[in-house]
Amino acid sequence: MLQVKNLKVNYGAISALHGISLEVKQGDIVTLIGANGAGKTTTLKAISGLLKVDGEVLYNGRNIANVAPHKLVGLGMAHVPEGRMVFANLTVAENLQMGAYLQRDKRAIEHDRAFVFSIFPRLAERQKQIAGTLSGGEQQMLAIGRALMSRPKFLMLDEPSLGIAPILVKTIFEKIVEINQKQGITILLVEQNANLALEVSRYGYVLETGHIILQDSSAALRQNPKVKSAYLGG
Amino acid sequence: MSEFLQQVINGLSLGAIYALIALGYTMVYGILRFINFAHSDVFMVGAFMGFYAGKILPHESMLGGIGALVFAMLVCAILGILIERFAYRPLREGSKLTVLITAIGVSLLLESGGQYLFGADPKSFPMMFPSKEFSLGGIAISSNQILVFVATAVLLVALQFIVLKTKIGTAMRAVSFNPQAASLVGINNDVVISFTFGIGSALAAVGGILYSSNYPSIDPYMGILPGLKAFVAAVLGGIGNIPGAAMGGILLGVIETFVNGSRYSTYTDAIAFTVLILILLFKPAGILGKLHVEKV
Repeated sequence: MLQVKNLKVNYGAISALHGISLEVKQGDIVTLIGANGAGKTTTLKAISGLLKVDGEVLYNGRNIANVAPHKLVGLGMAHVPEGRMVFANLTVAENLQMGAYLQRDKRAIEHDRAFVFSIFPRLAERQKQIAGTLSGGEQQMLAIGRALMSRPKFLMLDEPSLGIAPILVKTIFEKIVEINQKQGITILLVEQNANLALEVSRYGYVLETGHIILQDSSAALRQNPKVKSAYLGG
Repeated sequence: MSEFLQQVINGLSLGAIYALIALGYTMVYGILRFINFAHSDVFMVGAFMGFYAGKILPHESMLGGIGALVFAMLVCAILGILIERFAYRPLREGSKLTVLITAIGVSLLLESGGQYLFGADPKSFPMMFPSKEFSLGGIAISSNQILVFVATAVLLVALQFIVLKTKIGTAMRAVSFNPQAASLVGINNDVVISFTFGIGSALAAVGGILYSSNYPSIDPYMGILPGLKAFVAAVLGGIGNIPGAAMGGILLGVIETFVNGSRYSTYTDAIAFTVLILILLFKPAGILGKLHVEKV
């Protein structure tokens, strides 16, 4: 579904990604783990068109490097950005409506909304509430829900556990698996919480200062001594 | 008492025009965070389009008046969209200061271009709408003033409806809050920004025609002072806030009219800027404006 080949990103004179390559197969959950500043967020931003890049990003065989982000949404790509970026000045319902911005079929929108509410019932209760007043965890649910409203085939999640109460983190990761299994949505997950990320994913990449230093099935990565000492706390 | 009410009516009618212009400033600020100084000249172009429409359309008739309004709104909407497309969009990634200076450049271009195209000497604006004076218990109200109230009220309600209830309006609020997140849900920011410039400029055109109907001498530099005052009105109400701009405009119009009717009438133009200084000193966010605190 997604193939990244020799992707490079520069912030001015500073190079953030030194030519990374990775692949996400249809129906999979793939994770990208690494420390702060390794380039995880940069990788997702580069794929979704928020950053100018060198290299190839093949999405269903088509090179989408440097295509504007709003066009990629139309191709079935959704990106839940770091820090959630919900529209804090809009209500929960309006945020979801904006998620379905490119959808024309009213019944399909209704159906998607019902699905979002079925996995995040909390959002249904808070439809009229201004998104900025939600808790961090609820905002994360809204950000994921908003992305689902665009009927994605490929979903990128950037640090869904960041700044969220531990009890909600567990719920959100369960929902991520559910979205993958029930809707057949392919997922690329970026996470600092490597333990959790390797638990829900099937394949993983380890990013270090702009290079991919390791890649393997998630099960194998969890046993890898290097990963264990550097990312799994022992 | 009746003189007091008379001044209130006059003030409201002037203020409504400031409000119409202020909306354009505040909408553009809300979405792009810069002051479009060329907006006052779009107001001027609106007045001239009304003037030229008056060459063809019947005078002193509702039909002719509305025709002139629609024509001027269309031309100004297109002008506003073109200004954004060719002057501001190429600089969007650059610093805000660059865009601000460009806006001043566009303003000068429109003023000088206006001198070249329309001529430098003042022209007398035709009476487009039917004109009548009404007297209510000693208070004089002209049909022109009623027109200003009605037009402003209708446009304000329509604008609030667009911004709060429609999809494109919700998208405007989304882009204004976070353009990057907006693009990630599939919103084409360029389209939303063009739309904002189009609406703001069309409102300025209405302001231009209504203003010229009350002060019927127009020239290419006519936009500067009302434009600056409308900018003050937008800051007074809280820049970026639509009801605030309307409120600020009306408040400023009333204050100005009262000063004008007092023995300090020489200071009429100074009062707007005094208001600006005071609001910046004591309530920089404006009356309805809020300083945003972002939750992380």
